[in-house]
Amino acid sequence: MTFLIQQTLLYAVPLMIVALAGVFAERSGIINLALEGIMIFGAFVGVLFVRLMQGTGLFSGSRNWLAMQALELLAMLVAAALGALFSLLLSFASVNLRADQTIGGTALNLMAPALVLFLIRIIANQNTLGMSEGDAASWFMIKKSTFGIDSSTNLGFLGETFLHKIYLATYVCIILFVVLSILLYKTRFGLRLRSCGENPQAADSLGINVYKMRYAGTTISGALAGMGGFVYALTTANCASTGDVAGFGFLALAVMIFGNWKPLNIAGAAALFGLFKCIAASYASIDINGDGVFMLKELGISGHLYRMLPYVITLVVLAFTSKKSRAPKAEGIPYDKGQR
Amino acid sequence: MKEQGGSLLQKEGTKTVLASLISIVIGLAVGSVLVLVVGLFSSNLGLASAWEGIRLIFLGLFSTGRDQVGVLTWGFNPRSVGNMLFRATPLILTGLSVSVAFKTGLFNIGAPGQYLMGTMATLAIALGIPSSALPGPVIWLLAFLGGVLAGALWGCIPGLVKSFLNINEVLACIMTNWIAANVVTWFFDASNFKNIVENTKSGYIYKTTYGLTQVDGVWTYVDGNGVQTAKLGLDKLFPGSQVNGGILIAVLIAIGIYILMSKTTLGYQLKACGSNRHAARYAGINDKRNIVLSMAIAGALAAAGAALYWLSGNTEFHWETYQSLPAEGFNGIPVALLAANNPIGVIFTGCFMSMLNVVGLQLTNLTAYNEYITDVIISVIVYLSAFSLVIKMMLNSRKKDKAANAAPGASSPDSPSEPDGSEAASTEKGGEQA
Repeated sequence: MTFLIQQTLLYAVPLMIVALAGVFAERSGIINLALEGIMIFGAFVGVLFVRLMQGTGLFSGSRNWLAMQALELLAMLVAAALGALFSLLLSFASVNLRADQTIGGTALNLMAPALVLFLIRIIANQNTLGMSEGDAASWFMIKKSTFGIDSSTNLGFLGETFLHKIYLATYVCIILFVVLSILLYKTRFGLRLRSCGENPQAADSLGINVYKMRYAGTTISGALAGMGGFVYALTTANCASTGDVAGFGFLALAVMIFGNWKPLNIAGAAALFGLFKCIAASYASIDINGDGVFMLKELGISGHLYRMLPYVITLVVLAFTSKKSRAPKAEGIPYDKGQR
Repeated sequence: MKEQGGSLLQKEGTKTVLASLISIVIGLAVGSVLVLVVGLFSSNLGLASAWEGIRLIFLGLFSTGRDQVGVLTWGFNPRSVGNMLFRATPLILTGLSVSVAFKTGLFNIGAPGQYLMGTMATLAIALGIPSSALPGPVIWLLAFLGGVLAGALWGCIPGLVKSFLNINEVLACIMTNWIAANVVTWFFDASNFKNIVENTKSGYIYKTTYGLTQVDGVWTYVDGNGVQTAKLGLDKLFPGSQVNGGILIAVLIAIGIYILMSKTTLGYQLKACGSNRHAARYAGINDKRNIVLSMAIAGALAAAGAALYWLSGNTEFHWETYQSLPAEGFNGIPVALLAANNPIGVIFTGCFMSMLNVVGLQLTNLTAYNEYITDVIISVIVYLSAFSLVIKMMLNSRKKDKAANAAPGASSPDSPSEPDGSEAASTEKGGEQA
């Protein structure tokens, strides 16, 4: 059970934060189809940053765990900053040039893996960019030994699940999710941002700069997606960038639609999808009730089915919820001041 | 009035071509700048190799390798040109797939999935029918048609959920892509089409020239059953390349789609749904049926590309594809956008995209750079075409405004806050010619 919860969290948290990234963009009126591309870019930037810092030799001596966690947080910040920068390409095209947002997003989705793989091949001479020494588990994972607790001590169910073998990034993302949800719903800025996605003409008539708000929404979206991309690479791919996040950005979009563009629903949807992703990734080693029987494996169903499940479920779930889903009214429509 | 309309139309066409050419030049320029920057900052590359890289980006098709001294040599390279035509075959068809959907107002990002389903059905039929049962060309035809049918059925899914359940077709397409990737892997994992004869190759499916034959009472795969696209003498024209008659089939299909879209009632109905779904319904056109039909045609076209590619007789399919989607599918998007969804234009833009592919290979073979730079160029072109569509739309609406009254909308179509280098250039272009 502990294993199941931890694994689900690993998948659910990036999904949740990237879905929130989608909410910020769409609530301001911009369809951010580029989430996948920005994630890929963020993952690359974060991993590259970690590599470069390792190369400086600052961390080669004693393994101070505080320094390591600081490095992890810094890498998240850098990934967020560069993700925001990358998303400016989308905002520029869709706000200033009133371009088709779907095609603009698709362009970024094509650009990110191409650019990232081009650079990875030149930097590492292979198709994967990993850490230059050690692995994610030994550098960044928080374990009992991190706090000086003997590994044989039992911390109880909660302790074992939430304090042992976890990443700080997971909790940072959860806190950010809460803070940003409050920002979106309980502050003046959030209200203005949302109004631009519902009725930009009305918002403009009340003195809100729609262009600025849309830039803000997309930039926050880019930052979150870039960070989410790095967190995904760190926690599920051993801090390696391969120019691919296996459709995670698109799953996040589905989570956002399933969650009806509302943070609380999104958290629930992300947990559900995280569970399916977790089953897909490690169905062979999931021991649900801890009796040493790997039930899912013994069912004898092909692993291909489990891998396909998240996408099938997405379609089915969307089929059932699409009738009552309520997208922001003005999303995808370029704002034109002269239009009534 | 009529003449004026005709000349405007002509202008419109030239404008579209110009916009595409500008996008291409900017795309190539961005690629060159990237190569230059990487060359300057990387310790083991340097300016000289960057200059080689840039020349290859623009003229890679005419590169003939290096001479003994290590200097790049140039000239007509029949192998590159032939391979360009061979690789253009699937790209033309996926480009047509995307453009047919575009004309119906749908963004078919599901071409990779349809391509994969076409691959699966084609290979299954080509390898599943024993060589003794039917002559090679008949098996070829069955495999081709089977692939097309599978693609059409797979393309229907996003169309159905779009028209009846109102699910965004982009999202549905993306999900069906990944489902297809897993289905195909699952199918081939369970099949006996995996190449076990040549033990140097792992993870590949037999070429279609392998046929199921009884040897001493045991069914085994033996090379040489003749299931491959006819070369039609093209291999004599471009020796050393993989080119075959598939490119001619692709061109014929493109012409067929042109006739379908602009000369038939069905094409008119599809386009009507694309311009305004509600108006089309009001006019008595069954919009739901047409959306499904459009996606089915799109799926069939993408799958036809896959069938022609894998039936060539010298391509082998790597079956563990669940983690990646075929680039041919996604590259149909830039092919369609560059051609402004014109089926005849798709033939040329498809050739251009495959030329970029060849350029990428030359870069990998001859320099320290790699083929992903061409993907960067393609993505820049897609980015630029995102607003070239908008420019055209704005020009059209402005024309209407002018006709109604000297509307104030006739001011500059779009004033980007600051002319930001290259991107703004294409916008201004549109403005000037209006």
